[in-house]
Amino acid sequence: MQQPEPIITVRGLTCAYGPEPVLKDVAFDVAPGEVFVVIGRSGCGKSTLLKHMIGLILPVSGSINLNGRDIVSAAGDDRLEILKGIGVMYQGGALFGSMTVAKNVGLPLEEYTDLPEEAIDVVSRVKLSLVGLERFGGVMPSELSGGMVKRAAIARAMALDPAILFLDEPSAGLDPVTSAELDRVIRSLAENLGITFVIVSHELPSILSIADRVILLDDQAKGIVAEGDPREMHAGSKDPRVRRFFDREARVPAPTQQAPAQARTIKSPEERP
Amino acid sequence: MAQTIPHALPKGLETPPAPPGVLCLRLTGELNARSVALFWEPALALVRGGKHAALRVELAGAEYVDGAGMALLVKLEAVAKAAGAGVEIIGLPERYAQLLDLARRAESGDAEAITGGGKPGQGLNFHVLLQSLRVVVNFVGEVALVLYDSLRHPRTVRWADVLHSALAIGVESMPILLLIGFLMGLIMSFQSVITLQRFGGEIYVPNMLGLVMFREMGPLVTAILLAARSGSAFAAEIGTMRVNEELDALTTMGISPVRFLVGPRILSSLAVVPIMTLFFNFASLVGGALVMLSIGFPLVTFTSRVFANVTSADLIGSFIKIMVFSMLVAGVSCLRGLRTGGGASAVGRSTTAAVVSGLILITVADGLFAVLFYYFKI
Repeated sequence: MQQPEPIITVRGLTCAYGPEPVLKDVAFDVAPGEVFVVIGRSGCGKSTLLKHMIGLILPVSGSINLNGRDIVSAAGDDRLEILKGIGVMYQGGALFGSMTVAKNVGLPLEEYTDLPEEAIDVVSRVKLSLVGLERFGGVMPSELSGGMVKRAAIARAMALDPAILFLDEPSAGLDPVTSAELDRVIRSLAENLGITFVIVSHELPSILSIADRVILLDDQAKGIVAEGDPREMHAGSKDPRVRRFFDREARVPAPTQQAPAQARTIKSPEERP
Repeated sequence: MAQTIPHALPKGLETPPAPPGVLCLRLTGELNARSVALFWEPALALVRGGKHAALRVELAGAEYVDGAGMALLVKLEAVAKAAGAGVEIIGLPERYAQLLDLARRAESGDAEAITGGGKPGQGLNFHVLLQSLRVVVNFVGEVALVLYDSLRHPRTVRWADVLHSALAIGVESMPILLLIGFLMGLIMSFQSVITLQRFGGEIYVPNMLGLVMFREMGPLVTAILLAARSGSAFAAEIGTMRVNEELDALTTMGISPVRFLVGPRILSSLAVVPIMTLFFNFASLVGGALVMLSIGFPLVTFTSRVFANVTSADLIGSFIKIMVFSMLVAGVSCLRGLRTGGGASAVGRSTTAAVVSGLILITVADGLFAVLFYYFKI
């Protein structure tokens, strides 16, 4: 599936927190309107990649083009323009606890547009209705359930009608039913509004149902080890690293049936996040 | 280590007869945290105690072995090997073999230990110092820009937030502020009266009280109260926002956390602290008046002596002082909040650091003001 103009281009991206790089020389493209999922086990650098892509951390080297502009080298107003073109949903939602849900959604509009308060109200309500929360605008974030918080966070991320939405583990901490609802929301936003999604996830069912394309990161390779349609990967990939992820195969040999419960909590060092 | 007498061994640990040079330990029953706690010392003492060529551990009678049991086996193995003895573990049920391997790997240190990025024990070095200095300079610059911008474009300021935080800083702190002011005025006048009465100088207590309160104590105590009450709240609030990724969310929205969170807090502190100081001074005068009334002076004597002595320069000086203090306190508290690391304990640490830094800055600034005021004869 080769689209002509990628909306996101990442080239030669190397990320590190200390002397050891977490990701080395990563490169990939995302086509407009695609639901692109970054998968991999804990500690492989998924969230690190996301934080670099949204400009929270500067990489050691490499370029990240969003909407045709490099966020790594941008500063000041250029950077602001790039940021206005993207929306981010954080793992915990990160709604501002001191404002109502509607005010949260309206905040970017309040900051960046000259719309009167009334108009902002309407827009916030429309955004909330896109995620099925039209009745909850006047509620404080602390009164919402986990799934609702995530949906409200998506609504806020969409406030400025960005072309790209970044979601950090949308299904983490949700029950299967709520998670499936959220997946439906994501799919419908991608299909109806043409928003490009970049999603970090490790929830297999969710990945299989929403992703157009995935990249699999690996902590040993410090980069991408597989790329493509997740359903094809799931069905036919021969790569042992891909198989390990999709077959949920533990790297630590599992203790045998009769072994005491305590044994299962012993983790090998690779298991550490 | 003393040789443990065999008959003192706990139930479940035996030393059956063995060929010469071989130490045999027989473990029976359940090897769990409870029994292992009993076996640990005696078993190790036996292995360490004598010169043995080999150690044989018999586990045929062990019904159950858990993590603690494995730890004992691995430790016995390590101690015996260190003493140059061969080790033989027999009768371990097959299902535990894998667990023992895991325990061996953990004990041997084959697994390369991964240390966190925090580099503990590094202490305060020049590099770290420079970096934190950079952070402070950055922050001061950004705050200055934000304040300048809010003067130039007052419409961009989030006035609702300013008002909200002014209420929290000023109005809600009134009861404690008035109480402390009243008690300080009362106590100071009372103690001074006791001393000055010996010289017949009680009449000078109002002069002194007015001067001390307006020039020194008013701004100082208000600032300390601000640090303790509001500074800690700023740091905790912003720190929690950091932990909840709310600051990241602001940053990726392109909204500067300094403008959005720090600006309103500093502006509102600047607005309310002069009023707070006035209220504090007033409460302290009420306390002083009560003492003077109780020793028989009329109220008018008290008030006229206070206001004959306090000049407008004193009042303006105290306003300048408290505005500077409040800027320092609010600024450093917000900075601590913004620099919070991850986790709940980090929020606690920044809150503590905010109050401590606030108090230090107040004291240092007060010293500088004393010198300045003396120099300019204010």
